[in-house]
Formats: sequence, structure tokens, C-alpha cells
Amino acid sequence: MNGRRVLSQPLGQLRDEVDRLFSDFMGGLSQFPAPAFVGRRGFPALNVWETSDTVHVEAELPGLRAEDLDINVVGRDLTLKGARQSAAGEGMTYHRRERAVGDFTRHLKLPAEVNADAVEASLREGVLLINLPKAEAARPRKISVATN
Amino acid sequence: MSVESTQQTAADEPISRAELTRSGQFYRPNVDIAEGADELVVFADMPGVRSEDIDIDFKEGLLTIHGKVQLRQPEGTNYLFNEYGLGDFHRTFQVSEQIDAGRINASYKDGVLTLRLPKLERVKPRKIAVQVG
Repeated sequence: MNGRRVLSQPLGQLRDEVDRLFSDFMGGLSQFPAPAFVGRRGFPALNVWETSDTVHVEAELPGLRAEDLDINVVGRDLTLKGARQSAAGEGMTYHRRERAVGDFTRHLKLPAEVNADAVEASLREGVLLINLPKAEAARPRKISVATN
Repeated sequence: MSVESTQQTAADEPISRAELTRSGQFYRPNVDIAEGADELVVFADMPGVRSEDIDIDFKEGLLTIHGKVQLRQPEGTNYLFNEYGLGDFHRTFQVSEQIDAGRINASYKDGVLTLRLPKLERVKPRKIAVQVG
């Protein structure tokens, strides 16, 4: 397969956007707002999977730090709240804004009862991973059959 | 903030990358492009990439960023929800001649790649003092 052909078209399109970026630049650009999380269905996107003893929830949250996040578990309800600020500093003009900013909230019904006190979350390189150990009652049990 | 494909016309549909060695899909990172008096700054969302797995290539006026993403779950994981896919990040920009390509600087933190593209001296805005008298 010819990989170059795959790339050639997108590059042609990108040329327009970047060229325009610079032809504008002495002319004074109006500020335009960043896309917002508000109104987006289901942000952040989640990947959820389970093992016999744990439910794992993962989300991509680039640009967030741990203190920007609020994670709550009540019964089988997981709530994920957070906010992201604009990256550029004061006095900068945006040419392109694809990265959403603002507040978001996502609710998730967990597939099993979990031990809320033992939930652990980590945020590394913009990837949030929440490990929710299942409650004792929700774990599979191997029942041995008594003989005699 | 969902990932998009490299082809702008077919957002959301990752394309296969025949020209790259590892098979799979790659995604076009969301970017902000901002301009200050002295520089252009590109912010690219590239979560889950290690800084040593980011390649930035500048050639013939084209700036290409590529971030290799390690699988975080074993293949064949049975997802209860699978709302996003995993794959490398890839995007190319045409860089204006008004940029000092030799001084392009990159940093990566919290899943965001920041590229700083300094303007050439001759295109920086200048304040012209009005002579009195």
C-alpha cells in the first residue's frame, strides 16, 4: 500500500488552515470561545471493564491535575466532576480552539456493589484510572461441593 | 474531546496507517493554536503518551507530531463500556516562513504537548516611536 497517498490529502487540507493562520496575523483577530464541555453528551468518554474482584474505570483527561477532579462513590453510583482551564496565557490570541474547557460532570452506574473506602484513583499523563474493589458480597465465590 | 481521525472530512473515523510500522489506528489530537507577540504556541491533547515516545519532526516547512500510545489494557479485554479507542496520535502542520524553525521548543506535561514556535525577528510587531518636534 502506498502510505504517502494516504497522507497527501489531509496535508493539503491542513495547509489551508495554517496558511490562513499567518495571513491574518497582522490584522487583529477577534477572540473566539473555546468549545465547552457543557451540553456534550457523556464527557469524559469512559472505558469500563471488570475482573472478578475489581471494577476499572478509565478516562482521558489531558491537562487536568488531581486537584481539578472530584470523584465520588455512593452505593453503585460513581460521579466524576472536574474542570479544565484554557492553556494559553494572558494576551494571547487563539487561531484555533479544539480543546474544550470548563466544567463537566459524568455519572456512571457501576455494574457491582463496591467497597467505597478502598477505591483508588490515579492520574498519569492525562489518563485517569479508578480501581473500585467489589464488595465482598459481589465477588464470585467458588463453592466446593461437600462429599459424604 | 473525543479523538478524531487525521482526515478532517471523516472526523471520528480513524484511518489505518499503512505507512507506519505498527498496525492499528491513529488519532488526530485536538489542538489549540495561540499567538503572542513573540511566538505561536500549539497545545495538543495526547493523553497516555510517555514523553520519550513523542516524535516531533520538522522538514520542508511541515511540522509533524507523533505520539506512540502503549496499550493500557491487555488485548481482548471485555469492556462493559468502550467509549474511546486507543491508538497513536498523529498530526501535521504547515509552518509559515515567519517562524524560526531552529528554535521550536517542545514540552509535555499532564498529557498535553506544548510546542512553542518563536517568530522570526523581522515579523515581530514593533512599536514605532513618534518623533516630537
